[in-house]
Amino acid sequence: MEKMSRVTTALGSSTISGRTMFCHLDAPANAISVCRDATQVVVAGRNIFKIYGLEEEQFVEKLNLRVGRKPSLNFSCADVMWHQMEENLLATAATNGAVVTWNLGKPSRNKQDQLFTEHKRTVNKVCFHPTEVYMLLSGSQDGYMKCFDLRKKESVSTFSGQSESVRDVQFSMKDYFTFAASFENGNVQLWDIRRPDRYERMFTAHTGPVFCCDWHPDDRGWLATGGRDKMVKVWDMTTNRAKEIYCVQTIASVARVKWRPERKWHLATCSMMVDHNIYVWDIRRPFIPFATFEEHKDVTTGIVWRHQHDPYFLLSGSKDSTLYQHMFKDASRPVDRANPEGLCFGLFGDLAFAAKESLISGDANRKPYPGGDRRYPIFFFKKPDLTEQFAHVSSALSVFESSLESKRMDWFVKTARLYLLSGKPFAELCDHNAKVAKELNRPQVSTTWTMLRIMFSDPANLSTPGPNHIGKLGTLPLMNSFSMKEMGMGTESRLDRSKGESRQDNIHLELGNSLINSNNDENEETEGSEGQAEYMFGDAELDDDDLYSMDMFFSLVFSAEEQEYTLPQEAFPLRHEIMDNPLAPEHLQQDKADSPQASGNEAEVMCLTPIESFSLISISQPLFSPHLPAPFFCPVVREMLSHYAEQGDVQMAVSVLIVLGDRIRKEIDDLTQEHWYMSYIDLLQRFELWNVSNEVIKLSTCSAITCLNQTSTTLHVNCSNCKRPMSNRGWICDRCHQCASVCAVCHHVVKGLFVWCQGCSHGGHLEHVKNWLKSSSHCPAGCGHLCEYT
Amino acid sequence: MDIQDQDATARWEALGSRDPRSRGTAMEHISQEVMRRVESIGPIPATVPSPLATAGHPTSDLNDILARLLMLSKRCPFDDVRERCVWLLQNVQDFGVRIPRPLGNGPSRFIPEKEILQVSKVDPRTQSIFEDAFAALGRLDNISLVMGFHPQYLESFLRTQHYLLQMDGPLSLHYRHYIGIMAAARHQCSYLVNLHVNDFLQVGGDSKWLNGLDGAPQKLQALGELNKILAHRPWLTKAHIEHLLKAEEHSWSLAELIHAVVLLTHYHSLASFTFGCGITPEIHSDGGHTFRPPSLSQYCVCDIANGNGHGHLEERRGNHQVSEVSGEVEVLMERMKQLQECRDEEEASQEEMATRFEREKTESMLVATAEDEECVPSRDVSRHFEDPSYGYKDFSRRGEHVPTFRVQDYSWEDHGYSLVNRLYPDVGQLLDEKFQMAYNLTYNTMAMHKDVDTTMLRRAIWNYIHCMFGIRYDDYDYGEINQLLDRSFKVYIKTMVCSPEKTTKRMYESFWRQFQHSEKVHVNLLLMEARMQAELLYALRAITRYMT
Repeated sequence: MEKMSRVTTALGSSTISGRTMFCHLDAPANAISVCRDATQVVVAGRNIFKIYGLEEEQFVEKLNLRVGRKPSLNFSCADVMWHQMEENLLATAATNGAVVTWNLGKPSRNKQDQLFTEHKRTVNKVCFHPTEVYMLLSGSQDGYMKCFDLRKKESVSTFSGQSESVRDVQFSMKDYFTFAASFENGNVQLWDIRRPDRYERMFTAHTGPVFCCDWHPDDRGWLATGGRDKMVKVWDMTTNRAKEIYCVQTIASVARVKWRPERKWHLATCSMMVDHNIYVWDIRRPFIPFATFEEHKDVTTGIVWRHQHDPYFLLSGSKDSTLYQHMFKDASRPVDRANPEGLCFGLFGDLAFAAKESLISGDANRKPYPGGDRRYPIFFFKKPDLTEQFAHVSSALSVFESSLESKRMDWFVKTARLYLLSGKPFAELCDHNAKVAKELNRPQVSTTWTMLRIMFSDPANLSTPGPNHIGKLGTLPLMNSFSMKEMGMGTESRLDRSKGESRQDNIHLELGNSLINSNNDENEETEGSEGQAEYMFGDAELDDDDLYSMDMFFSLVFSAEEQEYTLPQEAFPLRHEIMDNPLAPEHLQQDKADSPQASGNEAEVMCLTPIESFSLISISQPLFSPHLPAPFFCPVVREMLSHYAEQGDVQMAVSVLIVLGDRIRKEIDDLTQEHWYMSYIDLLQRFELWNVSNEVIKLSTCSAITCLNQTSTTLHVNCSNCKRPMSNRGWICDRCHQCASVCAVCHHVVKGLFVWCQGCSHGGHLEHVKNWLKSSSHCPAGCGHLCEYT
Repeated sequence: MDIQDQDATARWEALGSRDPRSRGTAMEHISQEVMRRVESIGPIPATVPSPLATAGHPTSDLNDILARLLMLSKRCPFDDVRERCVWLLQNVQDFGVRIPRPLGNGPSRFIPEKEILQVSKVDPRTQSIFEDAFAALGRLDNISLVMGFHPQYLESFLRTQHYLLQMDGPLSLHYRHYIGIMAAARHQCSYLVNLHVNDFLQVGGDSKWLNGLDGAPQKLQALGELNKILAHRPWLTKAHIEHLLKAEEHSWSLAELIHAVVLLTHYHSLASFTFGCGITPEIHSDGGHTFRPPSLSQYCVCDIANGNGHGHLEERRGNHQVSEVSGEVEVLMERMKQLQECRDEEEASQEEMATRFEREKTESMLVATAEDEECVPSRDVSRHFEDPSYGYKDFSRRGEHVPTFRVQDYSWEDHGYSLVNRLYPDVGQLLDEKFQMAYNLTYNTMAMHKDVDTTMLRRAIWNYIHCMFGIRYDDYDYGEINQLLDRSFKVYIKTMVCSPEKTTKRMYESFWRQFQHSEKVHVNLLLMEARMQAELLYALRAITRYMT
């Protein structure tokens, strides 16, 4: 609010006045230009060539230069320029290759003065010399630039760019003889007007065409260029080699660039495609436009500052057939709308947070900066106009580290490394993974693996594997507890222990199984190893310290025995009862979802998975039959997997998916599977577990995943002799015809695995280098480098 | 069975490896497999004419493999594989099993096989390009072989095609091949259709889709209209685009649409090339080989004429014509020189220029597009598209007035490129390189003359094609076209661009009779790229208009 009131005062000093206004043209404009005293503007396009007067409140059409019943292509203008010295003189570049000059002083209706048809292709640009009245320069699609003396009938000199298509030519503001030309192949050339034979210097400014260039009005050496590669670059031409000093990345190809008068760091750009806005950039702040004009409905084709010394008025013409005068005070300021807050999670659960200082300082009782930002000295002698300065936003960055107790993500890394996903019989895989999980103190996961083994192993084998362990409640160490270091404000993220427990009781009550309650209590006590002795059934098979329910064991044994005597039909009604199970886990999940801020410790106590609830129910009803076919469990397992995935433990979901393979794959729709795989692979790669991630990709059955390691499999090698890329074969260079990859140990060509030191780039056969390194740590090539291999 | 199949595919793929040892192992496996099958069948009594249609499963399976081996023995860029394949086929034959032999002669019906590069004798650069192509696709198609005349272009072409079909992109792989099939079928190009039907099935496409567009998802059906318009009268409007993008659950995203449009235009123009160069079916696909023993009666005259030996007919005809056409090239060069010189002198008025364009445009309509004589027997490719009566319609003749497209208002370099690259990254760059390569390719030769600047001729061809689509360059004098392109050449261009399926060998032979085959292929490349750019320009302009 304060800013706006100051604008008007600043405007008071300006000699011209006006407001944001526009007028409709009859046709799309290609280019515009203003006369020196800033009272008139000429608009040129394929079907339009008019002069408008700039009045206080509106545009007034002054003159239509497009005369004749059927105007020729000479009127079809690609560019137009109004002479800055002689106010009756205009020049246009026609799409058919003609350069035309117009004299407004002519009495007849047709103001056409001279016609030069020397270019063979479309002329893209015309430019008058800033101080010399009769000198005109043109640049054309045919690759030539021509300099015309308007007193003569033809060009006085021709400059050949030796390449296709000149896109822009601009006389230097300060150097009388110099002009710059930009080309479609990305080059910019500097010429001396007296020497048409050769350019003074050339450099590659952009990849792809350079559509425009503009000399800085005050600074002798600065040239701004804009290209199809969506960049605006500012070059310092005073040094021997043109040096890129600033670079602004825009969102679309840059069609025009114009320095803002009286402002050293500002320039305006508009784009050729897609983006219709005009941006004014402060080149020192290349990431966000200083001001934006958003009036046009189609691409802006021409922009020009109304007066050479007035930075507040911008004129623009567009393909949407309008001509605008923009007032700088009406521009929108993207910085006001930008969100200065940022939030990012680190790999190990750390959290970085940046926010406006004012927001944070209030909280942290910091000293706020009174009356704005004092760290930035003010250079202006006049009273600084706030609208002309970039709003300085200083943000405070806070990093919150996750607490040590939650063990960060170590479990994830270790689990990923130790899990076995293939290569062994199913039962062994499950056992192995269960063991891994248990060692990492994740009993729930461990139990799940054991359950899976029982469910999907052959019934005949069921008696041999160890008994299943129910009741040990798992853990999901979620990273929710942070200690806020910077602010010194510890967040109390842990819930009240008692609260959690009371909820637990509810669950137990609902399930009506007091056994679990005792299990839970036991669970915490028996984290150690000595718990085993307390159980009667803790025989040799029971080498786990997991809680073990006697009832369960009995029920298993009994049901197995009973099964032999009962008729098979009886199994069917029982199934229906079990079908009701999903209700229980749903309820539990809901309960869980109600407490998202549960800390790791709490989760350990109260997290119940569908699997367990299932087994709990089967305890009360001894109908667990070892002869149930494996598909019987699929719905439950599917739910279990989605539960894990939802919990954030996509690792478990994917691992189980791979280990179970065909047993479960058909149960889960492909998209979900793909989603899980992608998430897990993404996680693995963030932890740089490349081998594991590759194994997962290989073992996955989704076509979308397996094709991941089919992409970008090319390895580019450079020849060690000539340093050129080797295109054909990996071991012989096409150019210097030498064997490039010779083993430093045996001096033979390596055609298979080649290992080399990244320090000295010597190496050889994997085996040879391995053996060599056993005896010596120096490079086998004798270069003296202490080789390092990881 | 599944695993076996996978193994088999992997083995064929391994033949494309650059490492001779893995090629050797793969070849060893294949030969074992073949011999096992051959032994299981036992020698077929030579007296029984093997009825292919009724042959049991194992036989036709084996035949497929044998056909593939035959293809490899001719087309594989690796010597060792070729030799082994020949040897293996010989062995099979010794067992009494009938082996296939290639039908037709060489990759093109128009160009004698001996003129085309032999896979065995190419310079290292082309060899490397061929090897890359072979490794990527498991085959070296006839198109690549014919393009092998111009290795620089071929490299750019293959890179673009590979990116469009195999690399990251908004469309899934089977969609891409299906769109290729749709586009090629529009021009009844059975060669491309067959090629992509195989690829489509290989990437897991649903074979039901191949029964016709009705079997494909709604989304692809919606694309049928765009395909039709683009192929024949590409003046698309905003409404067409809107129709595709706003179709609720079947709607296309902008990025997908760009990908589809690039694919469609690519295959339309590739179909032009295929017909323009008379590309023959691949050896291992239907119609590329036969198991029947050669019998003289089945040779038709043109086969002989096209064969390796000098056909009497051709020779005689050639002699007959040499006298009357000997000056052709010189006349053309003389005209180019004249145009170069006198251009600055007589300056035609603007009105005159405009009329010239209009005249050329109208005249191009009147150039008769081939008598409807020989229609290529297509393997009912028509089921992949609808409305077969819809063809290229000339401007202005039908009363519907289409405004001239001014290239200065919407050009590939300024506008098209940015749009494509924005929505389908890197493809803009690839296409840009390909267009430039095609436009600027020159060896400074014309028939037997060296050091000729052909810029003018190439520009005339390019602009003539764009002119046929109503695209006008303000800075071009369309009078030049009349001077440089003679009538038979115009007929050829017109046919190839607008209804390529009607191209005949006679047309191919009747233009530029003294020029080399490589130069005619060069012309074909120009035609193909110019056509692609013209279609793209219309499509992209419509999309741009939709977006603003």
